[in-house]
Amino acid sequence: MTDQQEQSLDPAQIETDVRTGLGVPSAEVTEGRQNSLWSDAWGQLRRNPLFWIGAFLGVFFVLMAIFPSWFARGADPRSCSLTESKQPPSSAHWMGFDQQGCDYLANVVYGARTSLTIGLLSVIGVLLLGVIIGAVAGYYGGIADSLLARLTDIFFALPLILGALILLRVGPSTGLPILSDRGAGAVAIALSAFGWMTAMRLVRSQVIAVKSQDYVAAARAMGASNFRILTRHILPNAVAPVLVYSTITVGVLIAAEATLTYLGVGLQRPAISWGLQIENGQSLLRTAPHLVLFPSIILSLTVMAFIMLGDALRDALDPRQRS
Amino acid sequence: MSSSSGYISSTPALEPNPTAGPVLEVEDLHVEFRTRNGVVNAVNGISYSVDQGETLAILGESGSGKSVSAQAIMGILDSPPAVITGGGINFQGRDILKMDEEEQRQIRGPGIAMIFQDALSALNPVYSVGFQIGEMFRAHRGTSRKEAKQHAIELMDRVRIPAAARRVNDYPHQFSGGMRQRVMIAMALALDPRILIADEPTTALDVTVQAQVMDLLKDLQRDTGMGLILITHDLGVVNEVADRVAVMYAGRIVETGTVDDVFTRPAMPYTVGLMNSIPQVEAKGGRLKPIIGQPPNLARIPSGCPFHPRCPMARTGAAAAPDRDCVADLPPLRVVTVGREAACHYSEELLNG
Repeated sequence: MTDQQEQSLDPAQIETDVRTGLGVPSAEVTEGRQNSLWSDAWGQLRRNPLFWIGAFLGVFFVLMAIFPSWFARGADPRSCSLTESKQPPSSAHWMGFDQQGCDYLANVVYGARTSLTIGLLSVIGVLLLGVIIGAVAGYYGGIADSLLARLTDIFFALPLILGALILLRVGPSTGLPILSDRGAGAVAIALSAFGWMTAMRLVRSQVIAVKSQDYVAAARAMGASNFRILTRHILPNAVAPVLVYSTITVGVLIAAEATLTYLGVGLQRPAISWGLQIENGQSLLRTAPHLVLFPSIILSLTVMAFIMLGDALRDALDPRQRS
Repeated sequence: MSSSSGYISSTPALEPNPTAGPVLEVEDLHVEFRTRNGVVNAVNGISYSVDQGETLAILGESGSGKSVSAQAIMGILDSPPAVITGGGINFQGRDILKMDEEEQRQIRGPGIAMIFQDALSALNPVYSVGFQIGEMFRAHRGTSRKEAKQHAIELMDRVRIPAAARRVNDYPHQFSGGMRQRVMIAMALALDPRILIADEPTTALDVTVQAQVMDLLKDLQRDTGMGLILITHDLGVVNEVADRVAVMYAGRIVETGTVDDVFTRPAMPYTVGLMNSIPQVEAKGGRLKPIIGQPPNLARIPSGCPFHPRCPMARTGAAAAPDRDCVADLPPLRVVTVGREAACHYSEELLNG
């Protein structure tokens, strides 16, 4: 303490030997708020055109899934007349008609709901499996980690489509509640069961990194239980890369659903799905190419929307990857 | 500073100290790290005790085992590789090491709490400080969120964070270093612990803030009567706040006593070296006097007195008294005068000049 500071102290304080005079260091109060990870990320996102394109398409398709009648231009996908079979696109019917003479725009629009539902359901499944298994493996380490990591390796050896195909093929004969009815739930289960491994590895590595932080030791020293440490202190700090991954995965899983349905093991008629439309259209590719073209374009755009969103999110959350 | 009004009553689970003895007693504690390159003996049989309202400073250079012993008490050693191989830690007469995990957990927080060197990394970046302080009440007492926040504001006031009510929702990165350390202290004090372990609480702070934080700790200790274990290598801090001091070297306590005794008349050559190494204003322009040599590798602690390779007084062979060869015989920690213990064969010579 300099002499000047010493003089400026309240004499009463010096008498009582409270010399630091730290009652009201008002300069400590920061007025402007500093940026946190998320507000920083938002600032970055806002300036990223990729994010806006992705977000626009994403919102567009989500609205389409929730309120298909807004987009179907008054047509009902199930009111068909064979006289209109395979009519090409016209100004009244933007996507023409399919073989059964149903309005194709309405069909494609109504397909969004199934695709997005399956995409979201299976991502939730992937996250549940990935986060739980990854967190347990990363946090407890040792034998639990070795066993779970080997289990993950085994699943990694099975390609997603092949594994899901087999599971859906044998599904009806198992008699299990959701799996045997070949609906959206069954496809979501099959996709989650063979798609969780990357999420698990991500969570595991994040948990291991966060586990050694001082605040985890501090929480333990303050008497926090394992469960509290894991759920309250480690996972919230490990969530950013998982969020990025799951956004991208929604797109990938929507494409995988279309693939499975196209292969004949996914959704079955009379469900309305882009995969089914592509499958039906392929035999008519020469006479009515629009039957394959339109659902393919919409499917690609949907997948692209989620991948773009995920990429933008990753750029925003991971400053090291910024170019 | 106001007395302990507005102060939160202690947990019913922890009855007031049943025995009249020390609140915390460490007995012959051994900790080793089993690494691929062999066994590192970090703590080799240290014993100390802390009474209510007492400040014990544990002094030592990096790698002398002072932090490891604190981590052993708190149960936050990384094991593997760390293993507690012997000894006991008695908290209010009961051995923590013999309790099951749940009982140990209940002592952490209301019984023994700890503050860390680097408050920024010891606070969780994703939660507001109010939430983190309040978590103590929610986790240990099941207090509601709203009440916990109220308690957090009271505590922030108590550790003299200005405008506590306004800052309770701020995040750790929005605080300065000194304020962060206060948040950490508020968290540690939340449940009114009997023992507070401060592991180099001021090392990461600049000098003026160091003084503020130490003053704060001292005031809080006076109000609450908690025992304080201060782990540090800052001799100035020890001199200011500690009642007793334990000097550690190579995982052993080599000297204990009151601060005045140890600082003015060290009974162990290592302590002498420490005291000589303090820069003196009068010796301005002169050379500093370091302790020659390196601290020992804890995987290969020298035979006999671990300090002998660096000791200016070391005697061996014919020069040594029988059974007091510094290279061959490990000096036990023994009483040298009233209230003083030292682990040196030749303490008396040192004391009597």
